[in-house]
Amino acid sequence: MQLEAKEKNISSSNGPGEVKTRRYTFAEPPNQVKLGSGKVLGPIAIAYETYGNLNKKKDNAILILHALSGDSHAAGWHKGDDKPGWWHSMIGPGKAFDTDRHYIICSNVLGGCMGTTGPSSKDPHTGKPYALDFPIITIGDMVDVQKLLIDSLGIKKLLSVAGGSMGGMQVLQWAASYPEKILSAIPIATGLKHSPQQIAFNEVGRQAIMADPGWNNGDYYGAGQPERGLALARMIGHITYMSDESMEAKFSRRLKNGNYNFSFNPDFEVEGYLHYKGDGFVKRFDANSYLYITKAIDYFDLSGDEDLIPSGKRIDAKFLVISFKSDWLYPPYQSREIVKLLKKRQIDTTYCEIDSSYGHDAFLIEIEEQEHLVKHFLRKVYESGSEA
Amino acid sequence: MNPEVKHNKIRPDHRIITDMIPERSIVLDLGCGNGDLLYNLVKEKKIKAEGIELEEGAIYKCVEKGLSVYHRDIENGLKDYPDNSVDYVILNQIIQEIQDMEFLIEETLRVGKKVIIGFPNFAYIKARFDLFFRGVAPVTSSLPYQWYNSPNVHFGSLKDFKDFCRKKGMRILSSYFLGEKRVVKIMPNLFAVNGIFLLERRS
Repeated sequence: MQLEAKEKNISSSNGPGEVKTRRYTFAEPPNQVKLGSGKVLGPIAIAYETYGNLNKKKDNAILILHALSGDSHAAGWHKGDDKPGWWHSMIGPGKAFDTDRHYIICSNVLGGCMGTTGPSSKDPHTGKPYALDFPIITIGDMVDVQKLLIDSLGIKKLLSVAGGSMGGMQVLQWAASYPEKILSAIPIATGLKHSPQQIAFNEVGRQAIMADPGWNNGDYYGAGQPERGLALARMIGHITYMSDESMEAKFSRRLKNGNYNFSFNPDFEVEGYLHYKGDGFVKRFDANSYLYITKAIDYFDLSGDEDLIPSGKRIDAKFLVISFKSDWLYPPYQSREIVKLLKKRQIDTTYCEIDSSYGHDAFLIEIEEQEHLVKHFLRKVYESGSEA
Repeated sequence: MNPEVKHNKIRPDHRIITDMIPERSIVLDLGCGNGDLLYNLVKEKKIKAEGIELEEGAIYKCVEKGLSVYHRDIENGLKDYPDNSVDYVILNQIIQEIQDMEFLIEETLRVGKKVIIGFPNFAYIKARFDLFFRGVAPVTSSLPYQWYNSPNVHFGSLKDFKDFCRKKGMRILSSYFLGEKRVVKIMPNLFAVNGIFLLERRS
């Protein structure tokens, strides 16, 4: 009750209130974008949202980067929705990403299914969805098209790029691809590369989708999604986003109906939760996008000595690296590897390992700690940026 | 800078260390705590400040002060720093708690061009009195713990430290000694509760 009242209060007075997604279309042939694979793609549409106002000097823009299943709707409400954007608790007046001070941009990634061009988009050559004719994309490609969006908004330098998980990979990719375009970077719960364990979970998810007869080699548009496969992939994902401790706290061994069924129907609350999450996911997410995006994540590797920041290169960007103690999908040691590389290049870096029991999901949950770190960090970055 | 602000209630050891460091140096404070010393150095000397600190609550305090801080234990955190990458490494009131202090000091001299080390003097007259006349483990203002709850693993004197530096080939560039209330000039090994040394490698 109290929480509801609090949320309603936020919606009216502590905006962003009602928001709308916009689209930017570019790379019309023959000016297609060249991809990491060597193929070209165009035209490309990017769905994005903005919150707050771009100042006259255009030096207060922050790009928020979403994770695997996220979208451009990071904050505020879409008309008629009962839930705000995925990082609403971090974005708004007086919040970590303060819309009274900053201009916040969030776009849906290339290959996605929430308004940006992806495998479910119409292929202009055939008039039908791309499906598996969509080229394989990389995190680098995602960042390249984000950069074109930022250019189109007339922003020369971003105050910061920030995101968790796959969003954190894009943050690191921004530093590697466009170091002169960012004043700071906030990679959260992420790593320099995808580890074999992380790749393994993604591959099991992909196989769940591809083993579903409904997948039909990716050609299912018009016939309905491979729902069971996609739901299964999502269920596996959700297990990796929680921790042993958070699952114990959330579900323990509680039963759905008070007694064992003595059948293979779900008995436990944790089973019900996974089914609920899986079923919800297939309503909003495209199975082929899941394949393309997880592949891009698996290809991500900036762990080489010269990958993130080449040895001769001067980069002035400041870093705030955040990890969570109980995150076993992107464990803190992977964040410390980022810090180690930054220290080697003598880059101004702050690192905090937040003592959270929420596992990988913590970056969406542990708001108070992140807000404190991000707010003070951004203040320092803005002040030192305007001095220079 | 307002001189009143400059000298208001800063800890005596912080005052000495702040005065030792030239303007615009790169300074790494190991076990920087809430960042009070670094913050003062930024204000007075415009240094480029970095800290390593293990306690999470202290990290938030440092970030609040606009400091860059690495949440890690100091031995492992220091390993990530390249050779000769900072001007001054500070080890203030921490070496007595470090198991492999010898290795840590060598590491600080790898990373820093100069190193500042401050620690409690175990040969302070009150400590000697406790041990010699009363027959009990000493408790002083710089060694405030009881024998059963002390985090300290090394119990060295100022003289021990000077011998250690000689043996290790480290040059003591300057030293300062603090009594209970004021700076000690005569017989510091007997009358000082804390010593602060500025070191460099003997090349």
